[in-house]
Amino acid sequence: MLSYALRRIIYTAPVLLGVAVVCFALVHLAPGDPLISILPADASVELEERLRALYGFDRSYVEQFFLWLGRALQGDLGTSIASGRPVTTEVFRAVGNTLTLAAVATLIGFVLGCLFGFVAGYFANSPADKAASAAAVFGVSVPHYWLGMVLVIIFSAQLGWLPATGAGPGGSAQWRFDAEHLSYMILPALTMSVIPMGIIARTVRALVADILAQEFVIGLRARGLSEFGVFLHVVKNTAPTALAVMGVQLGYLLGGSILIETVFSWPGTGLLLNSAIFQRDLPLLQGTILVLALFFVILNLVVDVLQTALDPRIRR
Amino acid sequence: MVDATQTATAPLDPVAAPVRSEGYWRSVWRRLRRDKVAMTAGGVLLFILSLAVFAPWIAPQDPLHGTMLMRLRPIGTEGHILGTDELGRDMLSRLIWGGRLSLLMGVTPVIFAFFIGSAIGITAGYAGGIVNTLIMRTVDVFYAFPSVLLAVALSGALGAGLGNALLSLTVVFIPPIARVAESVTTRLRSSDFIEAARASGASALTIVRVHVLGNVLGPIFVYATSLIAVSMILASGLSFLGLGVRPPNPEWGLMLNTLRTAIYVQPWVAALPGMMIFAVSISFNLLSDGLRSAMEVRA
Amino acid sequence: MSPPDTSRADSARPLNGAGEALLTVRGLKKYFPIRGGILNRAVKRVHAVDDVDLEVMRGETLGVVGESGCGKSTTARLLMELIEPDEGELIFDGCKVGSRELPLKEYRRQVQMVFQDSYSSLNPRLTIEDSIAFGAQVHGTPKREALARTHDLLARVGLDPARFAGRYPHELSGGQRQRVNIARALALRPRVIILDEAVSALDKSVEAQVLNLLTDLKAEFGLTYVFISHDLNVVRFVSDRVLVMYLGKVVELGEAERVYTHPQHPYTAALLSSMPSMDPDHRTEEPPLAGDPPNPIDPPTGCRFHTRCPSIRPFCATREPPLADVERDHAVACHARVPASGYHDDAAAVPDPEKITA
Repeated sequence: MLSYALRRIIYTAPVLLGVAVVCFALVHLAPGDPLISILPADASVELEERLRALYGFDRSYVEQFFLWLGRALQGDLGTSIASGRPVTTEVFRAVGNTLTLAAVATLIGFVLGCLFGFVAGYFANSPADKAASAAAVFGVSVPHYWLGMVLVIIFSAQLGWLPATGAGPGGSAQWRFDAEHLSYMILPALTMSVIPMGIIARTVRALVADILAQEFVIGLRARGLSEFGVFLHVVKNTAPTALAVMGVQLGYLLGGSILIETVFSWPGTGLLLNSAIFQRDLPLLQGTILVLALFFVILNLVVDVLQTALDPRIRR
Repeated sequence: MVDATQTATAPLDPVAAPVRSEGYWRSVWRRLRRDKVAMTAGGVLLFILSLAVFAPWIAPQDPLHGTMLMRLRPIGTEGHILGTDELGRDMLSRLIWGGRLSLLMGVTPVIFAFFIGSAIGITAGYAGGIVNTLIMRTVDVFYAFPSVLLAVALSGALGAGLGNALLSLTVVFIPPIARVAESVTTRLRSSDFIEAARASGASALTIVRVHVLGNVLGPIFVYATSLIAVSMILASGLSFLGLGVRPPNPEWGLMLNTLRTAIYVQPWVAALPGMMIFAVSISFNLLSDGLRSAMEVRA
Repeated sequence: MSPPDTSRADSARPLNGAGEALLTVRGLKKYFPIRGGILNRAVKRVHAVDDVDLEVMRGETLGVVGESGCGKSTTARLLMELIEPDEGELIFDGCKVGSRELPLKEYRRQVQMVFQDSYSSLNPRLTIEDSIAFGAQVHGTPKREALARTHDLLARVGLDPARFAGRYPHELSGGQRQRVNIARALALRPRVIILDEAVSALDKSVEAQVLNLLTDLKAEFGLTYVFISHDLNVVRFVSDRVLVMYLGKVVELGEAERVYTHPQHPYTAALLSSMPSMDPDHRTEEPPLAGDPPNPIDPPTGCRFHTRCPSIRPFCATREPPLADVERDHAVACHARVPASGYHDDAAAVPDPEKITA
């Protein structure tokens, strides 16, 4: 087990290096001289040369990459061109908001998904199963940014019950746990939850139907175990996979929140990315993506190791 | 079971035309035809596709021109059944025309990724060993990005535009397809019939062509159809963010974006383009599900 | 392609082991790595086939027996060059396999294989005729000709081509599929066919029919068989000579009837005494072989059988016995049986199967 965890961590190292390469390459994929976006329009040739040397753009890509990586490892992701502040500061301020939103959404999605999945799996091919399965298909098929708009139309524009955009009153940039802020979170979190809901419902339905059809369950029933007892067995067998799917989904939402954050003007990494793209703030773009990908990789690693620890069927 | 073949009957005639059994794909189609949900989904897709293809003849009005006097009319307005957008353009016509770009952006990346990803995955799966490790570890790197993030990051870095969006989405869908292709090929590779084909002296390329492709392309194809649903959402999402098609071209995601400011004026008109994306996406998901169960019946 | 039938006539002589070697195997070795540890290095190796020498005589049926996991199937795949040996060479009809005189592709035309699982050895997406014709097409036969020959072969293995050629594998019974697999093996006009548990998965009545078919085909096409099976009765029925394997090693090799009636190696003796007897008066009273075979990952030193051997000597655990002749055409790898080892024992060391089963 420990050996598996260690091996898994060692395997992650090359992936992380690859992620760094991709993030580094992003800036160089961008058409044109990366300096253009930094340089004032009327810059002199000397200034241009000085900046070029300062940013290391006059060196080879390999050199630039290792310089960049070295700085990134010390927590220096460069300076945002638009705001002039360090990228690290900007990203970590936004990441908290995104993490909160994604975690709440995943939790809602997990609860609903398990509910639908269990109902559908337990009463396979009944109308309840059809309804629950329809909800699951809805979850994975709906364009969530559109769903967000529809919810805003209903609950903000039409009914006026909930605020449409932002993280808190008066353009609050930092989410806090209070009633005011909570009302701002409801719509984006609900919108976001449909994706994990659909996927978890599908997974759980398949697992439950599978377990119930297995001979050991038939045996348990034959030996007179109560329905509740059987249910506990099913839960025990479903939990590791369902939790693993939940963990992976949290990672997806962290990185995939850009569309929803744009709809709701939620001050997280998605909104940050959006502004970075439109202001062609490449260091900010690069830094945000690197941090989000790191979160995703590490989350997957943790989920993998935990699942292996929880599930006796997966060895090593 | 009694093996009733060793019969001492009349001499067997080796030249008689043999009885032909129903082929695999024909039987898949026969089962799929009985699946009402999948057939309905297929019908919806066919309908939307023909609307898009025949847009110049079907659309009642010019999708690019409107009058500011007629802007943001509600659904049911005379002459504009589905209302008008923020520039007074006819929504119905724009939705019909919008199918062209939206379907193009949603479907083509998956088609490209299907060919490239299959080639990569089958190569890795059939070759095994160090080739497999090299290819699949590279694929893993792209897997380390959530798909939305990778699509946004690539097209954000490359710059807005249809071509860049298509390129980014293709890159996003190659790794998952390659993974599926690799796993089905690896599983197939240990089959005795592949060993038997190797034992007959066939080259790797011949074995892949005759024995591997026919068995792996089906599952990969089904997986790819389910990815089209994701691709539709992502492609329109890129346009929604302003990274895909540029105005004034009609595209559902972009329409959703420009109408976003109008949700307090004409909320239901603003929501219309999303319905189209949803309809296509859910239809592809249902069709893919139907296809999967139609193909699962026998190994 | 070379003229196919020149060698057929002389290989058709019925021989009982005394002929010349058609396929010679020298020092064949295959270890499978077991990966583990933090870096996933090969930490251990399964000694699947360890230094095997054997000869397959022209026109004979060589039976190969042993417990599961003894390396029978690995040997088959090595003979077919489906997996690459770590060491050792194959010599076919005087030519080294893989050399310029006998490239691998040509060798594979001469040696074919029938697998145990009749279903997984046929491509589920191809019709029977396409599966059988594939090999000939690979070797350059035009499709029409290959199909005509396929129909011929189907008829020859007892399947009406009009009824079966256009069908898919899942529409056939196990016995019918195995006939198809035999037809496919014959399609390249091979001289040797390796039958790896080819009838083991079939029902007894079907098994007998397929065995009869194999016997007929052997005579008709002048074939040489390597017949691998765990079923001792079947091997005795079909084989001219028998080779006994234990943990990747050849422990005994000899003329079939001789090996069955006078086994020399204690393992062979034990194996034979475990055979269910047809005669109710001859019952197996107690299991002569204690325990499971040792793990091939860490095979015992010296003689691999010494951990289970009823007549073990201290010497057996340290020095490996060579395979040596004890009588004409009968070789055994046992210190107790080989005079030159210096530990030649009297016959009492080896339990006589007759005494045990009595």
